[in-house]
Amino acid sequence: MIEVKHISKKYNNRVVLDDISLQFPKGKVTSLVGSNGAGKSTLLSIISRLLQQDNGHVLVNGKSLTDYKNRVLARHLSVLKQFNHIGMKLTVRELVSFGRFPYSENRLNAEDHEIIANAIRFLDLENIADAFIDELSGGQKQRAYLAMVVAQDTEYILLDEPLNNLDMKHSVQIMKILRRLADELGKTIIMVLHDINFASHYSDYIIALKDGGIKYHDRTEKIIDENILKDVFDIDFVISESGSKKVCNYFNH
Amino acid sequence: MKIILLTILLLFLSGISLFVGVADLTVGDIVQWDREKISLIFVSRIPRTLSLVLAGIGLSVSGLVMQQVTQNKFVSPTTAGTLEAAKMGLLAAMAFLPSSSMMIKALFAFCFTFAASLLFLRMVERIRFRNVIFIPLVGLIFGGILNAVSSFFAINLNIVQDMNAWMMGDFSGVLQGRYELIYICLPAVFLTYIYANKFTLVGMGKDFASNLGLNYRTVMNIGLFCVSLTVSTIIITAGAIAFLGLVVPNVVSLVYGDNVKKTLPLVALAGATFLIVCDIIGRLLIYPFEVPIGLTVGIIGGAVFLTLLLSRR
Repeated sequence: MIEVKHISKKYNNRVVLDDISLQFPKGKVTSLVGSNGAGKSTLLSIISRLLQQDNGHVLVNGKSLTDYKNRVLARHLSVLKQFNHIGMKLTVRELVSFGRFPYSENRLNAEDHEIIANAIRFLDLENIADAFIDELSGGQKQRAYLAMVVAQDTEYILLDEPLNNLDMKHSVQIMKILRRLADELGKTIIMVLHDINFASHYSDYIIALKDGGIKYHDRTEKIIDENILKDVFDIDFVISESGSKKVCNYFNH
Repeated sequence: MKIILLTILLLFLSGISLFVGVADLTVGDIVQWDREKISLIFVSRIPRTLSLVLAGIGLSVSGLVMQQVTQNKFVSPTTAGTLEAAKMGLLAAMAFLPSSSMMIKALFAFCFTFAASLLFLRMVERIRFRNVIFIPLVGLIFGGILNAVSSFFAINLNIVQDMNAWMMGDFSGVLQGRYELIYICLPAVFLTYIYANKFTLVGMGKDFASNLGLNYRTVMNIGLFCVSLTVSTIIITAGAIAFLGLVVPNVVSLVYGDNVKKTLPLVALAGATFLIVCDIIGRLLIYPFEVPIGLTVGIIGGAVFLTLLLSRR
């Protein structure tokens, strides 16, 4: 389990996170939502040790982040930020192989190779496994990065806006993959999402941040509520039912 | 496979390189064991060819490491103030310890190069405007400033010519007993190879590397250490050769990608081969005189690089 205790963070005296305490349930998909500047990405970065908090602790399986060796932590927790921003010319297979770096560093063994092959299959990348990632489309690239994280085989997967720059079809594809990671492989997924409808359809829990604090934290169906969303985003929502899920319309309010 | 082919090509060219020069030398002389000719080989030809190979490997591998560490394809010892820092170190050695050995000079050059690389990296990290062209421009300016400071002191100390002679890339002065320092770049290159995977990860950026459990800062510093060691020893023994560290890794990257573990042997071999070819051309073009190697490297390298860049679009 990941626990966040009394986390605060300031940038030049501007408070970005103010005394945040949270617990993330295992094997579930949790979405962090909120307006720009609410502190979502900062919180995600702190939980994944990419950013140092001013106060408070992050506990992973009961142990503080700072007590982990980098390589050991990389076997428990993985994080993907700024999906499209790696200017490196690697093949998909090479990229996915780096997911095994925390385990085998330089020498991949038979087990690593099997895990890499499985990850490539899981993300349906077999026919482009030897293509260079800088020649792929946005959706394929995203899947390649996710395959690396799958090969990294961590209990916790943290994602910062995984749908950034993706069209609708590929967004749905990525969200379905994330759902499968949680349901089939038992991964705990924590992500920052901008689209409230994707959060509504694919996550188990939603955490709503506003002005550096947690405004709401509950099961998805409880959060998708006209009054709550208005409180979080300061705009009006009309919510309708579609099958078992709720759809939010905020386009004209 | 490509590695084997390149190795054979390199050995072949090294063989040719041994028999090119003002003094007449043929394979027959060796077979007949002509004492004079044999000593020519050991005193001049072998040192020259070996230092060409090592400088080619060292400078192109250094370029590759610098490009990974700064995440910028246009950074190399030429465009990051590295050569100028080595020059400054050399100046300091000549000013404070005028009769110092090559070893001491190299040590001075190394310290200055390492410090300047660390400083350059800090500057790169602070630049928020991460334009691809902007960073090497900053490097060029940085190098220009270092150069200006060195020139000022060199003029005051009356050693401008002396210093420029050291810096000029020239293999004709490489002789037995005066070049062995260049072997120091071998362990540095070897260390780079051991760290190859880590340099690939560093090239993917801090967040990406940290996610995979890499000690980002440590690996960066090790990279800069290797680069400084290599560049300073090469400058002391053979002088500076611009653009080698820029052209060779980029050409290899265009075709084979950026997986350092895979490309490092190719970069090393291609660098050595390229430098030997340039040297042979430079020695033959206006025989019995020589065209400075920096010139041939610049022209041929620039042409190859431009052609590849344009044909890929």
